[in-house]
Amino acid sequence: MRKQIEGSQAIAAAVQCCRPEVISCYPITPQTHIVETLSAKVKSGELENCEFINVESEFAALSVLIGASAAGARTYTATASQGLLYMAEAVYNASGMGFPIVMTIGNRAIGAPINIWNDHSDSMSMRDAGWVQLYAESNQEAVDLHIQAFRLAESLSLPVMVCVDGFVLTHAFEPVEIPSQAQVDSFLPSFDPVQVLDPENPISMGTMVGPNAFFEVRYLHHEKHLRALERIPTIAREFEKTFGRKAAGLAEGYFHEDAETIFVALGSMNGTIKDFVDLRRARGEKVGCIKLVSYRPFPSEVVRSLADSAQRVICVEKHLAPGTCGVVASEVRHALQHSGKQVQAVIGGIGGRPISLAALDGLWAERNRLDEPHFLGLNWEVIGSVLENQKKIRRSGPVAESVVKTVAEKGGFHGI
Amino acid sequence: MESKTVKFYQTGTFTVGNRLLSEEERHVQASAERTNSLNSGHRACQGCGEALGARYAIDAAMKATNGQLVAVNATGCLEVFSTPYPETAWQIPWLHSVFGNAPAVADGVAAALRVKGKKNIRVVAQGGDGGTVDIGFGCLSGMFERNADVLYICYDNEAYMNTGVQRSGATPPSARTATTQAVGVHPGNEFGVGKFLPRIAMAHRIPFVATASVANLHDLEEKVRKAIPIQGARYIHVFVPCPLGWGSLPQHTLKVARMAMESGLFPIFEAEYGKLTHSYKIRRQVKVEEYLRLQKRFAHILKEPATIGLLQKMADANIAEFNLMEEK
Repeated sequence: MRKQIEGSQAIAAAVQCCRPEVISCYPITPQTHIVETLSAKVKSGELENCEFINVESEFAALSVLIGASAAGARTYTATASQGLLYMAEAVYNASGMGFPIVMTIGNRAIGAPINIWNDHSDSMSMRDAGWVQLYAESNQEAVDLHIQAFRLAESLSLPVMVCVDGFVLTHAFEPVEIPSQAQVDSFLPSFDPVQVLDPENPISMGTMVGPNAFFEVRYLHHEKHLRALERIPTIAREFEKTFGRKAAGLAEGYFHEDAETIFVALGSMNGTIKDFVDLRRARGEKVGCIKLVSYRPFPSEVVRSLADSAQRVICVEKHLAPGTCGVVASEVRHALQHSGKQVQAVIGGIGGRPISLAALDGLWAERNRLDEPHFLGLNWEVIGSVLENQKKIRRSGPVAESVVKTVAEKGGFHGI
Repeated sequence: MESKTVKFYQTGTFTVGNRLLSEEERHVQASAERTNSLNSGHRACQGCGEALGARYAIDAAMKATNGQLVAVNATGCLEVFSTPYPETAWQIPWLHSVFGNAPAVADGVAAALRVKGKKNIRVVAQGGDGGTVDIGFGCLSGMFERNADVLYICYDNEAYMNTGVQRSGATPPSARTATTQAVGVHPGNEFGVGKFLPRIAMAHRIPFVATASVANLHDLEEKVRKAIPIQGARYIHVFVPCPLGWGSLPQHTLKVARMAMESGLFPIFEAEYGKLTHSYKIRRQVKVEEYLRLQKRFAHILKEPATIGLLQKMADANIAEFNLMEEK
């Protein structure tokens, strides 16, 4: 059924159709609307045979699901930002033990300074935690990815994060095709765990492993990701067959076949990038883009093939890794090594600063003169002024305060 | 003919043996049908109080559930010594996740069992004092507050033994640990710090809170038996000496535990919905000093009567608070 619906509510409706048996959550902006909606569905009886547990922290939320998954239940939670960091120990534990938990990340910046707006620094902090990470471009894709996520997770005994840009998607109302229960039931079989806590067949789960076997255990975790590289496109094809809607699989190209310059991005900014590509194509410029849906596992081969025609690859990433920058670009560069292609890192959209068409136009105008990495829309005047002030006054006050003050002094923030 | 009533001093503690008891009152451990849930071959030290406590507690739980039990374990000695891969000493379904989340993991197991219609299977979570009173406390309090259907058993050996005897929130004042060394003006752990978790558990008004000791294993079994069928959150805090960490002799584990109990330093009691219901009665109070003498962790205060006096005061305060003295 096609509905004009808030992203969070659409995701909740999709999760409901997946028949989760234990949901545990802790509130954090901007994912709250998802679990609020699910809590109402459980309490009203609309979502049957499901335990909804309100816990005291994100660490407990995921820990409850670890126990529930070990006892054979299909499990779901959602979190963001500080919440994901607070559950970090359990994040690694869940994947190490192979529990197919599905978790939505309402992507949000990490403090300090505290910031509730969208970027990818939260899920990027967990990129090596062993979970599959899928990024949604739109709310339709968010809905579709959640349904595929349960199927993928349970077929590999591997947890999956579905990353949805906070506010940009979670709070946006747009038309979304909500699948029917019958469709989802025909696509997603009930959870049949490969390991379960059962008094009739007692096993010990979570035992200690030393240097004699730990490396092999970790490799086998990596090997599951290698299998996920094959499984994700298969599941996408089956999804298309059942739901009659295209699923992107690992990654998707847009005007990539003959593109000389190709943008690579994760999540909702692909929408803006596609608009930008359309405008440039109308002027006869050979621009295309690649939407990375799966960031873990990283689909190197698919990227290689989609970027085949390009001389220049511009990775726009909503994550600033201090001391290095350009995390996505490094991986794209690794995928394209020996190809002779130029890979450019562009850091932008940090802490909710929008990546607008105008910003992409500006970037395009400068494309032959970009620093590596390039900071899209960074106010260098403010940076210079704050650094100058710090040199003059040793105790120049909290950095965040100085920046905010300086931005105001320079006439305020007017977008990019 | 003159007759004299002989009182078997130890019958009240059930330690003289099962032959004086009726069959149904006997130790679960004395039965050929015991499940050996924590089987032989594990790597615990000689005289380990925790291994002893866990074996009795979990076998009693297995009997009470007719074998329908799942156990969750916090990281710690019990977890490490029982499951060095590829061996496991557990003969029951057993799950270890991380250090601080056993109560939440157990809550999840219980929730899944409810959804799956397996209401006959009961859930036990267990951890040491560090995993319970410190790093796991948030999850534990949450589990209590939700009245989750979990029996949590804390084996309290009063420090982080698995990592090499560092101070925990359950370490008693003046005790020497690797991080409260016997040096300086106030050697050992500070006075006026630390917490007694059973009191905090009672403040959550959960259906059942009890303390127990390996000095009275029959009482421990009985408390587990009583706790198992109760719906909701239950907590048993078991006193388990650690010969390695305490500097006591392995053959003195029960003796040390008994003296903690008989001195009043570790009160044995039961509470329901936040109200004290039963207390173990001390017949003849043992001086705290006698208890301290058996342990090297207190060696530095044995010539400090003022310090010993402070610990004696704590024991006396416990006796008053938990009504531990037998009426004469």
